[in-house]
Amino acid sequence: MALKDITIGQYFPGHSFVHQVDPRMKIIITFVYVVMLFMIDHPAGLLVGALFLVVAYGVSGIPYKMILKSLKPMVPIILFTGILNLFFIQGDTVFSLWILRISRQGISTAVFMAVRILLLIAGTSLLTYTSSPIALTDAIEQLFGPLKKLHFPVHELAMMMTIALRFIPTLIEETDKIMNAQKARGADMESGGLMQRAKALIPVLIPLFVSAFRRADELALAMECRCYRGGEGRTRMRQLHYSFRDGVALGVLICCMVGILLLNRLPAVL
Amino acid sequence: MDHMESQQQQQTVAIIRATDVTFAYLDNETEQKGIPVLEGLSLSIRKGEMVALLGHNGCGKSTIAKHFNSILIPDAGDVVVDGINTKDEERVFDVRRRVGMVFQNPDNQLVATIVEEDVAFGLENIGVEPKEIRRRVDDALKAVGMYSFREHSPHQLSGGQKQRIAIAGVIAMRPDVIVLDEPTAMLDPRGRREVISTVRKLNREYGITVVLITHYMDEAAQCDRVVVMDGGKVLLDDTPRRVFSHVSVLKGVGLDVPQVTELFDQLSRAGINLPHDIIFENECADALAALLESAGIHRVGAEKGE
Repeated sequence: MALKDITIGQYFPGHSFVHQVDPRMKIIITFVYVVMLFMIDHPAGLLVGALFLVVAYGVSGIPYKMILKSLKPMVPIILFTGILNLFFIQGDTVFSLWILRISRQGISTAVFMAVRILLLIAGTSLLTYTSSPIALTDAIEQLFGPLKKLHFPVHELAMMMTIALRFIPTLIEETDKIMNAQKARGADMESGGLMQRAKALIPVLIPLFVSAFRRADELALAMECRCYRGGEGRTRMRQLHYSFRDGVALGVLICCMVGILLLNRLPAVL
Repeated sequence: MDHMESQQQQQTVAIIRATDVTFAYLDNETEQKGIPVLEGLSLSIRKGEMVALLGHNGCGKSTIAKHFNSILIPDAGDVVVDGINTKDEERVFDVRRRVGMVFQNPDNQLVATIVEEDVAFGLENIGVEPKEIRRRVDDALKAVGMYSFREHSPHQLSGGQKQRIAIAGVIAMRPDVIVLDEPTAMLDPRGRREVISTVRKLNREYGITVVLITHYMDEAAQCDRVVVMDGGKVLLDDTPRRVFSHVSVLKGVGLDVPQVTELFDQLSRAGINLPHDIIFENECADALAALLESAGIHRVGAEKGE
């Protein structure tokens, strides 16, 4: 098992327009984009949504095959929802076999839903492809900053995310090591049924957890030594600034949205 | 000469002064203090010196190190850092700004996902202005020779490089003292060399006081002063040359001496007249060459032997 191939929040460093948009703005845009996808009623609206993404990916310089890679794990879900929509939505039947009936509305909803999910995944992936994890945590900390007044632990959450991201590669490496150590002692992790394999993971997980707790202890000590005392009175080296660029990005999105709302008024094709 | 030296030492300011420190850890099960780890330990660290702290496992050397920056508070006695008693709860962070700590496992002390962010961590905690943070981070990374790696992620670096980042994170805070708790124990020989030469450079060029806890005698030999601990007390406290001349004392508390010192000790036991205070390899080579020459055998080949 190649554990090292697992990547979370894969980031492609770059200096494109999309990369340079303020991460806070990118999070807002992604959020609005997702909402927008669900406001679309007219098929042409989906085209507008897709066009927005195609242009954004083009500008960012992220290879198109990365989109395929991010979509791949979603294929079963898309197929599943597609099939459900196809057979369970009642309407004008266009095709029937035994008890299965496919309606015109069913086809349209299935296609709509599939395209929506594809765009949603591709859109949110673009956010993580073009923003470093640290920029994202900074942005989240600032966007949710007002919640501090409600005693919501914004800084603590952001710090937790940073530490989690920092330790993912370390723990993956460690899992690999422990697995090899257990294999060297004769542990069998690749054969047997699901239950057996799950059981075979116990001797991997226990040492992993023990070591993770030990690491946490040491890290806490090291952080204390470096004067860490929570978010109060803390400054940041990296300052976020909104710029003209962010306005442009938001403007383009708003144009798309207006277009979609206008298209929704057109008579339906299907 | 001894007299003059001791006078000079008294004149230099002690940046850390521990007096009669006694400390025992709490037992987790009985919630009572266990057997004392430190028993009336007194030790002064003078400004600008590089001190090695030696001792076998469990002799209390890490425990006293944690007293130096208020992580642990003595049960009895005092630790005073630059005039601040570490018991003073309101000034804990003043103490920690003055005394930085580097630990054994480089993986468990880096917080951020990017090198420069990690170096900035301590400065962000004490509320330094963003521009000033940037400047100090760059300076610190240059001082440890890791500036070109500033945008890397820690897991892409070797152990020695990670440890240098940890050191950069500490010196960015402009501390008076760095305490390194076995910083090279988990590193390969190359990583060890990188870290030790970085620490020496910081001591020599930037005047930062260094307390180096180590198991490696060759690292201790490079310090200005060696303190040997045993049973929660200071056993020996002198220059490396004089400390390592007590070969049998050191062996008695489970420590080694540098290999060359050991060699000379055994040779002199065998009746060969050699100096007692040899701690470096090149000195050893020279002394051996002199001995052989006096016996009529001449050195062949390069002038400098290893």
